[in-house]
Amino acid sequence: MQRHFDDELQKLKNNLLSMAALAETAIHNAVRSLEKKDRNMAEEVIKNDAHIDNFENIIEAACVSLLALRQPMAQDLRFITTAMKMNMEIEAIGDLAVNIAQRSLSLVDKPMLKPLIDIPKLSVIAQKMVKDAIDAFVNKDEALAKNVILQDPQANAIRTSVYNELIYDHIAKDGTCADRAIALMLITRDLERIADRAVSISEDVIYMIGAKIVKHHPENLEQ
Amino acid sequence: MDRLKICVEDFNFYYGNVQALKNISMNVYKNSVVGIIGPSGCGKSTFLRSLNRMNDVINNVRVEGNVFIDGKNIFGSNVDVVDVRKKVGMVFQKSNPFPKTIFENVAYGLRINGIKDKKYIASKVERSLMDAALWDEVKDRLNESAFALSGGQQQRLCIARALAVEPDILLMDEPASALDPTSTAKIEELIQELKSNYTILIVTHNMQQAARISDMTAFFMLGELIEFDQTGTIFTRPKKKITEDYITGRFG
Repeated sequence: MQRHFDDELQKLKNNLLSMAALAETAIHNAVRSLEKKDRNMAEEVIKNDAHIDNFENIIEAACVSLLALRQPMAQDLRFITTAMKMNMEIEAIGDLAVNIAQRSLSLVDKPMLKPLIDIPKLSVIAQKMVKDAIDAFVNKDEALAKNVILQDPQANAIRTSVYNELIYDHIAKDGTCADRAIALMLITRDLERIADRAVSISEDVIYMIGAKIVKHHPENLEQ
Repeated sequence: MDRLKICVEDFNFYYGNVQALKNISMNVYKNSVVGIIGPSGCGKSTFLRSLNRMNDVINNVRVEGNVFIDGKNIFGSNVDVVDVRKKVGMVFQKSNPFPKTIFENVAYGLRINGIKDKKYIASKVERSLMDAALWDEVKDRLNESAFALSGGQQQRLCIARALAVEPDILLMDEPASALDPTSTAKIEELIQELKSNYTILIVTHNMQQAARISDMTAFFMLGELIEFDQTGTIFTRPKKKITEDYITGRFG
């Protein structure tokens, strides 16, 4: 039987997708503003975060209302509780993109410390992980969600290598570049945190699909 | 405001010396579903039955105040109560099909209204059964007794019977309380479909049902309308503590 409830769930899903699309764009543009030293683009990212925040409030209210009015059970219940957590994660991803944009602004007028290679690479990985996590949610694709989780070590490895390079090849040799090096380290850290958020979403999606708990239980991923 | 369908103004209702409804005022808009909740004896059924003057059949009752439907006071002096009930259909808690065939149950209201055109009656019966989401289940057995239907089907038959005479308003007094969850879900979905053409007031003991299906919710208690607001507001942030206590089960 087609339920009116399904229309409401679809609407919720559409809102999450629109919000996620804004967050993905924010990450992309924040890193691009760093590469291109584009002040306007960085400021745009910061300004547009208000739209993501607005979605957070709308989605939160919709979830509370659906819980109160529909008393969802089983997969409907897991869908809504997952949506609430995703909502939080996506909003946080938006904030991390704002952090990156702010650091990018702080570097706009300064000479580039080094050619940017690893940071854009990490950005691409993080964006892909976010996109895949959201796609896994939309298509109830457990394999894709699992794949996101398995990519996290790669993001961590890039972060560590960027840290090492900035500390030992730059700060240790020339203390005057510390401000720029630290800004790049913080950007790297923000990107790695975005990847972590994508992992968190994926864990929730796996729970939503089959009620399997993989959060804090990586061994369950193998089942 | 042409969307205003029912306007209840300072309405009081007495069974003998007992006042069952106290100063009820409520506006109901066209194509909305109003859920009426409250503990037993709070006056919700009395209120519902006042809206098509079903209480007239009880001895020794008295009303004060006004109920306007489409701007016309249904308790006015020159009002024909049959016209009121034609406009305001009713479905009861226990399905009450007549001891007739499925077809004749739905055709009944048309026949007593003097309609003889067989083609018209047949098409109206089909339309009503479709609107009540029952047609597919009964189209091949229209001449069987209505009692051969399941409880959930009988209830939808009663809804079809009410729809056949083309009311504007449907009053439902716990229409799903005697049904299993599947039949209940069907009735609830049906109510969502029907609201595009009707204005619906539904009394229910099941708060969750009111939450699921109604646009506005009215909370009655001891004959008073305690709170009347958007359903989303009533169930997430009611304004009165007593409403909160009732819907969270902290009552008494």
